[in-house]
Formats: sequence, structure tokens, C-alpha cells
Amino acid sequence: MNVITDHLSEFGHGLVLTVELTLLSLAGALVAGVVVAAMRVSPVRALRAAGMAYVEVLQNIPLLVWLVIAVFGLPEIGVIAGLFTTSVVVIVLYQGAYTAEAIRSGINSVPAGQGEAARALGLTFTQSLRLVILPQALRTVVQPLGNIAIMTLMNTALAAAVGVVELTAAANRVNLAEAKPIWIFVTAGLAYMALSGLFGLVTGVLERKWAILR
Amino acid sequence: MIEVRGLHKRFGAHTALHEVDLDVARGEVVVVVGPSGSGKSTLCRCLNRLESPDAGTIRIDGAELPAEGRELARLRADVGMVFQSFNLFQHKTILQNLTLAPTRVRGLSRDEAERNARELLDRVGIGAQAGKLPAQLSGGQQQRAAIARALAMKPKAMLFDEPTSALDPEMVGEVLDVMTELARDGMTMVVVTHEMGFARQVADRVVFMADGEIVESGTPSEFFDSPATDRARDFLAKVLSH
Ligand SMILES: Nc1ncnc2c1ncn2[C@@H]1O[C@H](COP(=O)(O)OP(=O)(O)OP(=O)(O)O)[C@@H](O)[C@H]1O
Ligand SMILES: [Mg+2]
Repeated sequence: MNVITDHLSEFGHGLVLTVELTLLSLAGALVAGVVVAAMRVSPVRALRAAGMAYVEVLQNIPLLVWLVIAVFGLPEIGVIAGLFTTSVVVIVLYQGAYTAEAIRSGINSVPAGQGEAARALGLTFTQSLRLVILPQALRTVVQPLGNIAIMTLMNTALAAAVGVVELTAAANRVNLAEAKPIWIFVTAGLAYMALSGLFGLVTGVLERKWAILR
Repeated sequence: MIEVRGLHKRFGAHTALHEVDLDVARGEVVVVVGPSGSGKSTLCRCLNRLESPDAGTIRIDGAELPAEGRELARLRADVGMVFQSFNLFQHKTILQNLTLAPTRVRGLSRDEAERNARELLDRVGIGAQAGKLPAQLSGGQQQRAAIARALAMKPKAMLFDEPTSALDPEMVGEVLDVMTELARDGMTMVVVTHEMGFARQVADRVVFMADGEIVESGTPSEFFDSPATDRARDFLAKVLSH
């Protein structure tokens, strides 16, 4: 047990970095997801194609490969950014693809009459999407978005592989010094569980609060 | 006010509208009747380009409906549409349903839009429901709200596609009353309906469609008392027999 209390500050720093990675990634992925989902339902063929290509390319290569490409590849072409920043951007783009698909399924679940009524009133396509369709679509996909949030949290651990000292990397470092893997990694695991439990709670509350009366 | 020439619409191999010409004068109430699948909804939806025709032109108040974009949105704002399934925005209150387009499209201030909206809701008899969500209203109330929502844009004409077909029988009357009132106030209206009583009493002209064509067009008494074609006689025999 001492092994944990002795290294509280390392665990603490790791946890803070994990939470930061997760929250920044989630915010970014939500924005990317909305934009890409909007592209995928737009009346402009080129935008639809671009949206689809984005999702296909991002989803069909593992996140770890993307992280390695970005961390080692970008400096080669002259793009220098910190490890943390690079990791956030990569996770945003990657999770953005999944978020876009979830949001698109929400858009498809909104009755066609809602968009027709909006356009019949003179709203442009973008206005009806933003003011009528998306607010309803997002409410119907709170649960899948909650799952994506948890997946994002878990995926931040991959940043450890490219040198970001988040929770998993911090635990690894402590273990290198102390060689008590069970205590150390079970503790890290419990911290992840607590965070994802929190996400689950928030998802449940939002889902009840935003349920649409039909 | 509405001028349709040579309108053509196909869905795959099926021709839904064939060479449709239709003129609706300012203040005129045209009721469109016909058997199921005859193209009434398609015509109605083409009039504000919710469905894009394959050929033909549509002019609203002299201006031709453009294919898409902002210009189309602007012209649509001048033509109100009421749907069979109401299509009120489910996540907004009745009042917000009425103020959304006037503020976003017409650029009205929120105060002004709300004032107009409350006036309209009172006019259709549901002023007390302003703060509720659509799902909390009865079907008849929802359809009256939908009519008020369309009127909030101060449209030059109104399209109704079977506005009472989704309603329980006891609520049909309250919606038809609102529409009758609107017709009396001089609104230009195109109404697709199976309510023959409304057609007879309120229409200036009845248009009978079958198989994607306008087969007959005349005053209600001409149409109901002495239909000119066999198809219209058949249709009337069926709908008036009960
Ligand atoms: N989106 C669509 N895709 C394919 N076919 C369609 C579509 N909309 C309408 N149709 C077809 O076009 C024809 C005309 O349909 P429309 O809905 O205009 O008829 P209607 O006169 O309104 O009938 P009803 O009284 O049943 O509402 C029908 O045969 C219908 O099956
Ligand atoms: Mg119809």
C-alpha cells in the first residue's frame, strides 16, 4: 500500500493529464463530429464524399498507428508541436470519426417532416440543420456519445506509447522503480473505472434531462 | 398568385404528375381532390419545391421558383405549408415554434415575434398552450399551432396537404373552422383534402386529379352537382356514398 502513497504525486499528475487529454479530446471530437456529420448529410455531393472519406480513413487505421505517424512523421515535414498537443489533435480527429457516425445516426432518426417543415418556413439547409435537426439528433444519441466518451478516456492511454506521461505512463514509471505491478496497475485501473463511472452518471442525467417528448 | 405550367414529376418509372397547369388567383381558395395516389401531395409539395419537378415552371406572385439556395428559401418563406402530420418542432415550445422562422428568416426582434405569435395563437384558440411542448397538445391543437406557425411568416399563400386526415373525428371541425376563417380573411389557399363539406362550402374552385393529371376544374356546384367526366362521377359516388 505504501507504494501508492509514496508516489501519490506521480499518480496525481498522471491522472490530471489523463483528464485533460480526455476533456480536450471530447470537446474537439464533438465539434469535429458535428461538422463531419453535417457534411455527410449535406446536399452538396463533394462535401458528402469528403465526409465519408474522412470517416473511412480515420476509422480504418488504429489510433496507435495515427499517434506514431503524427509524433514521428510531423517533425519530418517541419511541423513541430508538443507531444501533448499532438496527441490531443490525433485523438480528436480519430474520435471525431466515431462521433460523426453516432451523430449521423441521430440525424437519420429525426423524422423527415421536421426538416421539411423548417425548409417550408424559409430556413436554409444550414439553418434547419443547426436549429431544428441537430438539437433533436444530439438528444437521441446521448447514450452512444457517452460510450464514445468512455472509449476516448480509455484511448488516451495510448498516448503513453508516444511519451505523454498520463496515468498509464505514470503507473509504468512507478512500477519501474518499485516493481509492484499488481498494486500499481490495479490502482491505475480503479482510477480509470471511477472516471468512466462518472461519465456514465453524467450520460444518464443528460439523457433523462434532454429526452424528447414525442 | 400561383402559376403552374407544364409540371412534370416522376418517381423512378412512375409518373406522379403529368403536364399539370394550374392558376390560383390572389385570394382564391382552390381545393384539390382525387383518389389516393393521384398526385395531390406531390403537386402541393412541388409548389414550394419540397419536391423538385422534372419539368415545368412554377411562379409565385410573378417570381419563378429557383432550383435551390438562399433565393429558394426566401420564396418559400412567402408560402406557408401545413402538413398532414403537423411537423411541429418537437424540442421547442409552441411559442418557440412560432417565433423561430420570423426571427431567423425575417429578422424580427424576439419581442415583436413573440407578440405576433401570441396574437396568432389567440386567433386559432390556443393562446393558453403557448408554453407547452407539441407532444403535450391534442392533435387538433397541434394542427392549429402548425397553421399559426405558417401564418407567423405572413405568407402570401398557404398550402394544406390533408390537414385533417391524421385527426380524430371530433377534432376535424376545429381545424376546418380555422381554415374557413382564414379563407374569409382573403388568404390565397391550395387545400388538398377529403373533406367534401369544406370543399363545397369554402372552395372558390375544386380541382379533381386522377393519375397525375388535372381531370376537371370548376366551381364546387359545377363539380359536385354535374361532374363532366366519368372518373369524377366514380370518385364522387365513392366518397359521397357514406
Ligand atoms: N418519394 C416518393 N418516392 C416514390 N414514389 C412516390 C414518392 N412520393 C409519391 N410517390 C408516388 O407518386 C404517386 C402520387 O403520390 P401522392 O402522394 O402525390 O398521391 P396523393 O394524391 O397525395 O395520395 P393520397 O391521397 O394517398 O395522399 C403515388 O403513386 C406515390 O406512390
Ligand atoms: Mg397525399
